[in-house]
Amino acid sequence: MNVNETLGTWSELFMLLAAMTYLVSFVAFAWDLASHSKALRGAEGAGERELVGAASGGASRGAPAGGSADDAGRGFRTTARSELAGHVADAEMRYTGERRPAARVAVAVMVLAFVVHAAAVVTRAVAADRVPWGNMYEFCTSGALVVAGVYLAALLAKDLRFVGTLVSGLVVIMLCAATIGFPTPVGPLQPALQSWWLVIHVSIAVAASGIFTITFAMAVLQLLQAHRERAVLAGERPGMPFLRLVPSAQALENLSFRLNAVGFAFWTFTLAAGAIWAEQAWGRYWGWDTKEVWTFVIWVVYAAYMHARATRGWTGTRSAWLSIVGYLCIIFNFTVVNTVFAGLHSYAGV
Amino acid sequence: MSTSAPPSSSGPSPGTSPEPPRKGEPGVELPSLGPLGMLRWAWTQLTKMNTALFLLLLLAVAAVPGSVFPQRIQDPTAVSDYIDNNPVLGEWLDRLQLFDVFSSAWFSAIYLLLFVSLVGCVLPRAAKHWRAWRAQPPRTPRRLERLPEHRAFALGGRDGAAEPAPDEVVADAARLLKKRGYRVAVRDAGTAAPSVAAERGMWKEVGNVVFHLALLGVLVSVAVGSLFGYKGQRVLVEGESFVNTLIGYDSFTPGTNYDADWLEPFSLRLDRFEAEFNRDTTVPQNYGAPLDFTAEVTVQDEPGAEPRQEVLKVNQPVEVNGVKSYLVGNGYAPVVRVTDGNGDVAFEGPVVTIPTDGVYTSSFVLKVPDARPDQLGLVGLLLPTAVGEEGTMPRSVDPGLANPQLILSSYYGDLGLDSGDPQNVFVLDVEPLTELNAMMSSNGAIKLDGANRTYELPEGKGTIEFLDVKRYVGLDIHYDPGKTGAFVSFLAAFAGLLMSMFIARRRVWVRAARGTDDDGRPTTVLEYGLLARGEDPRLHTEAERLAELWTEQWQSAGVRETGGAGRTTATATPAGTPAGNE
Ligand code: HEM
Repeated sequence: MNVNETLGTWSELFMLLAAMTYLVSFVAFAWDLASHSKALRGAEGAGERELVGAASGGASRGAPAGGSADDAGRGFRTTARSELAGHVADAEMRYTGERRPAARVAVAVMVLAFVVHAAAVVTRAVAADRVPWGNMYEFCTSGALVVAGVYLAALLAKDLRFVGTLVSGLVVIMLCAATIGFPTPVGPLQPALQSWWLVIHVSIAVAASGIFTITFAMAVLQLLQAHRERAVLAGERPGMPFLRLVPSAQALENLSFRLNAVGFAFWTFTLAAGAIWAEQAWGRYWGWDTKEVWTFVIWVVYAAYMHARATRGWTGTRSAWLSIVGYLCIIFNFTVVNTVFAGLHSYAGV
Repeated sequence: MSTSAPPSSSGPSPGTSPEPPRKGEPGVELPSLGPLGMLRWAWTQLTKMNTALFLLLLLAVAAVPGSVFPQRIQDPTAVSDYIDNNPVLGEWLDRLQLFDVFSSAWFSAIYLLLFVSLVGCVLPRAAKHWRAWRAQPPRTPRRLERLPEHRAFALGGRDGAAEPAPDEVVADAARLLKKRGYRVAVRDAGTAAPSVAAERGMWKEVGNVVFHLALLGVLVSVAVGSLFGYKGQRVLVEGESFVNTLIGYDSFTPGTNYDADWLEPFSLRLDRFEAEFNRDTTVPQNYGAPLDFTAEVTVQDEPGAEPRQEVLKVNQPVEVNGVKSYLVGNGYAPVVRVTDGNGDVAFEGPVVTIPTDGVYTSSFVLKVPDARPDQLGLVGLLLPTAVGEEGTMPRSVDPGLANPQLILSSYYGDLGLDSGDPQNVFVLDVEPLTELNAMMSSNGAIKLDGANRTYELPEGKGTIEFLDVKRYVGLDIHYDPGKTGAFVSFLAAFAGLLMSMFIARRRVWVRAARGTDDDGRPTTVLEYGLLARGEDPRLHTEAERLAELWTEQWQSAGVRETGGAGRTTATATPAGTPAGNE
């Protein structure tokens, strides 16, 4: 196996460049949130709705949409949705025609960063002559690439620019963590990792983590938005004006549920592929190795999340918390478990 | 599942009332219940969705200590070390089964309850679905405009075309829906307002049931494996054979119900072992890292069978009738001969050493209980590629065998092997022994290499000769009869999961009735509504698709969207329609 060191150096340079470019897009996204929500408020100006009066009809959240449409005209019931309409973004998350120059710049810069980042990952793979996920540095950088890729792909269908700050911020953090926390020179794979299952198992795990990163960001926004919605419905002045650009908590929850369902399917597959690989390498498919314990914990937390959505009293804020807890477990699994706990997965010695 | 409410698109309001009163739940008033009633009550509680959720979260939390404390299934020595270092805490942790989390009473209780809950939840659900499958799609609601998606079209009137008869409209709609994968039932045919009820996505629920039951299958398979499987370990030096019998193993752990008579009578000889190391110096940190391990073995399925050559690698076990042998370790086994003080050969053969670092500096322990007049003990290091000037401590600089050297200390005395207490072959307790020579003592360590192969022990205690270095492999041998079942169950679970998550279950109702349009001309109003069961982001798109279908079907007669049933004379509850909706 030949290691091409020059290419490896190029890869590191690209990675650095990508991190800086993401940082620029992060700033642009943040700028968009700040400036655009201000612009929105300005446009509404004095015409802002009289909140207290509107709430007097007794808000019945989640009343069947059909019924409310009928009755609204006769002044009986108003749904929370119509009441929140001026305060949150469109639930369909479609693009509107408004001009958001900062957001456009942010997306364009992020695409550029993604290209440079992809170049960094690919050159690393070529330099090492294998798939670029054989150690922590590589999991982190490839994972960040997937996060950015999933996010940019999702932008094609939906206007998710409101999570851009969080997503680009997380990507910058991942790249910094890789470069500062786990710097590793380009090298060949140890025998334990030389298997097709590495390609399958790890790529799906990285993809699942990428999806969970985005739903994590959405869950955080959902909690903030839910808090703000309660203020709106109570007739108070809602804070956090940037959340005007963000759809309602319910809409965020619906979309993140669908993404989490895909992520959960991926994670299920990761878990099973890991078991198959373990069976081939170590002779048992499940042995409660530290890494296996945490993979299992994560799987169970997201299974609980799937159930929470179907359980009375567990939708909304609580299920957002489950999504956040699941993601924290993923972070923990990746950082602490990989570095602190010893186990078969630490590949120490033979 | 009687008590949970899967969210439909018009689902329960989030977080308004965490504990709403539940309908149709028998026996919640406790005091009046007898033992049977108590049982039923417990069962109802257990099979609630809330309970399942709680148990799942509990399971996740309960698994965590299994990664915090050392576990006996992983590393029994780490557990005894832990207990030695923390005697009080350790004993308590042990009492709470925190070193055996995954076989502990409490962990088992959680997952068993969870699976009981699962069965109690899923079987009734499966039965209900079975009935739903055989029954017709549900009756047409009286007020279609209450459904999350609802539209109405006026048919007829284009270029003087007559309006189609309601019965024909309904029959055509039924045919179109059927083609789109719905199962359909025509209702109230021949009345003023016939309708068709249609439903699709029945496989979604099947997927859910299969998924949950397959999880049970995984559990059962794991249980089968731990009852009727076994695992064992064996270190095998080049040239040696392993015969699959109890005495062939260095360690053997049978499953709870495994009988050692069932061992497959195969044998396996290690012919050659080869390790390849990284010699690329461009990145110094990676120099000497292992690249590839290959063991060439000869396998005989049973005594007298045709021997076959196989290659054993790290990710490539050798299988004989379901028993798999894995390459899990390797190292060097220097071959030495020890002649005792009486001049007899007391030991001759390979000594398995344990690598302690990346360049295979290996620790060597040899106990020679047969030496006379005194038993001998030797400890030290094997350096595969030794370097070091005179007077400095030699060290190994490469994992390969360029200049193998043995550096040993020797002892004599009673090794304590006759006491009957089990001893670790890789550890020599020098406390009761007398030192002959050592690194630190005046006569220095024994140093043996290619140039100096023989060393005379002081005080005429004997001679040690360094003959050769062989390689050895560490084998894990596993038999798990539950493996196939677990794999098949997983496949079923995964298929079920995908079905359950990505099939949309929807209902459509179409009703047709005569009416008049805004200009008072006669027309037939086709009114339809859609309802999703569970998550369905595409319900609106489906409504759109159906609109396209109707338009295509009746465009020559004329199709116009109307604001809804209210603007036509066709009422939603025409006379003659049996009011059959709940
Ligand atoms: C080992 C324990 C369990 C695991 C790992 C598990 C996992 C899951 C997962 C991942 C889903 C979402 C995917 C799908 O819709 O099929 C799900 C759905 C579901 N589970 Fe479970 N489950 C378990 C036990 C239970 C139990 C005990 C119950 C009943 C009390 C239950 C009832 C349901 C129901 C009703 C759904 C469908 C929810 C919906 O309609 O959206 N599950 N389960």
